[in-house]
Amino acid sequence: MLNIRDLKAYYGQVQALHGIEFSLNESSVTTLLGANGAGKTTTLRAICNMVRTTGAIEFDGAPLSGRSTENIVRLGIAHVPQGRGTFTTMTVQENLQLGAITRSDRAGVASDIERMYGHFPVLKQRHTQQAGTLSGGEQQMLAVARALMLRPRLMLLDEPSFGLAPLIVRDLFKILGRINREDNVTILVVEQNAQLALEIADQAYVIETGRIVMSGTAAEIANNEDVRKSYLGY
Amino acid sequence: MELFTNQVLAGIATGAIYACMALAVVMIYQAIDHLNFAQGEMAMFSTFVSWQLMQWGVPYWGAFLLTLVFSFVGGIVIERLLFKPLAKAPILTNVAGFIALFAIINSVAGLIWDFTIKQYPTPFGSSPFLGSQLISTHQAGMIGVTVLLLIALYSFFRFTRIGLAMRAAASMPESARLVGINTSWMIALGWGMAAAIGSIAGMLIAPVVFLEPNMMGGVLLYGFAAAVLGGLTSPFGAVIGGFLVGIIENLAGTYIPGVGNELKLPIALALIITVLVVKPAGLFGRPIVKRV
Repeated sequence: MLNIRDLKAYYGQVQALHGIEFSLNESSVTTLLGANGAGKTTTLRAICNMVRTTGAIEFDGAPLSGRSTENIVRLGIAHVPQGRGTFTTMTVQENLQLGAITRSDRAGVASDIERMYGHFPVLKQRHTQQAGTLSGGEQQMLAVARALMLRPRLMLLDEPSFGLAPLIVRDLFKILGRINREDNVTILVVEQNAQLALEIADQAYVIETGRIVMSGTAAEIANNEDVRKSYLGY
Repeated sequence: MELFTNQVLAGIATGAIYACMALAVVMIYQAIDHLNFAQGEMAMFSTFVSWQLMQWGVPYWGAFLLTLVFSFVGGIVIERLLFKPLAKAPILTNVAGFIALFAIINSVAGLIWDFTIKQYPTPFGSSPFLGSQLISTHQAGMIGVTVLLLIALYSFFRFTRIGLAMRAAASMPESARLVGINTSWMIALGWGMAAAIGSIAGMLIAPVVFLEPNMMGGVLLYGFAAAVLGGLTSPFGAVIGGFLVGIIENLAGTYIPGVGNELKLPIALALIITVLVVKPAGLFGRPIVKRV
């Protein structure tokens, strides 16, 4: 459903991506692995047109270039950025409403909010609390829930495990897997925690200095000796 | 004691106007991080438009509503034409833009309606309010309209989808785009609303200060003082700041020997400087914290 060809991205004069190519299958989970500064975050930002790029990005066959970030989101691409993108001065409930701000079906939004509280019961307890006062794990759950409120077809997650306790990370990935299976949401997840990401992923790509250096099914990548040494540590 | 009560009530009445101006200033500041120096001139121009409508025979409240619409559209047009292109420009460029806007509106108003002072009607009359000598019906009307406006604005931002989207766009623009909010149009909408709020202030204060192209100079300065006192990041603070500045202005004018009417304006400046030195975030503002 998403096709990326010869994607180059620039921050001012600096080129961050040097011709990335990959594609996502409908309802799949794909992970992008790589060290710090390899270009994982930039790839996600490029999909949402938040950096200057050249090359082609196609969503369902239609090019995304030239569309503004908010228009790309309206196509059903939800992005959970690094640092989570929560509205810290607003309440949990308002954050969920904002996730669905482009939708006009009031009843559907209300029932989706209840569904999110079902996925993440802790958010229900805190629904009148300011998002900034939540713990790191709760904020990450809120960020995922907020993104799901769009009823996205594709969800981009930038290091969802960042700064979270291992047990919470496990829970979070379990929920992501469930969302993928039950709601048919295609997921592209960028992770430093390669082991966990490979567990839920179907496909995996490894990025180094702005280029894709390896690709394959998650199982193939997990068994690759180089990957094991560099990213899995055994 | 009666003098004191009288001065406080009169302070609340003019404070209501400062609150409106402060609110308009804060709305634009929240959206684009700049103080709109031309806010007062925009309000003055709107007031002239309402006066012109009444000259053509439109009844007061009809002119009032038409002027609100005119100001709302005018605010959006100004943003689209002048400040949208300046969005990424440095601060000084924006300041120059505001000063240019100030000068243009002021001169155009002078050109169309000349600089002589004009009477401006009040729909409330100016007899004693409820038979009391403490406050006039017009002053009571100023307070009443402001309170209604505040309730309407509060409900808009608290309970409507578009109000929620505007708050989100102002507080975290990047995140707002990621939920599909067109932040650029939210800014334009903020300008429109600020212009409309300013026009209300202008139409309410015009019977007191009289209608002329420079009528809003002092009022805007008090509005700035109110916004700074309440905190530039807090609309609620701006309103409280407005009422406080109105009261402080009147009490200082009455009780501090030598201040009188002539030296009231420096009080606003002294207040701005004091707040910026002692508590830069204002009474209700969020201090800006940067991680280093």
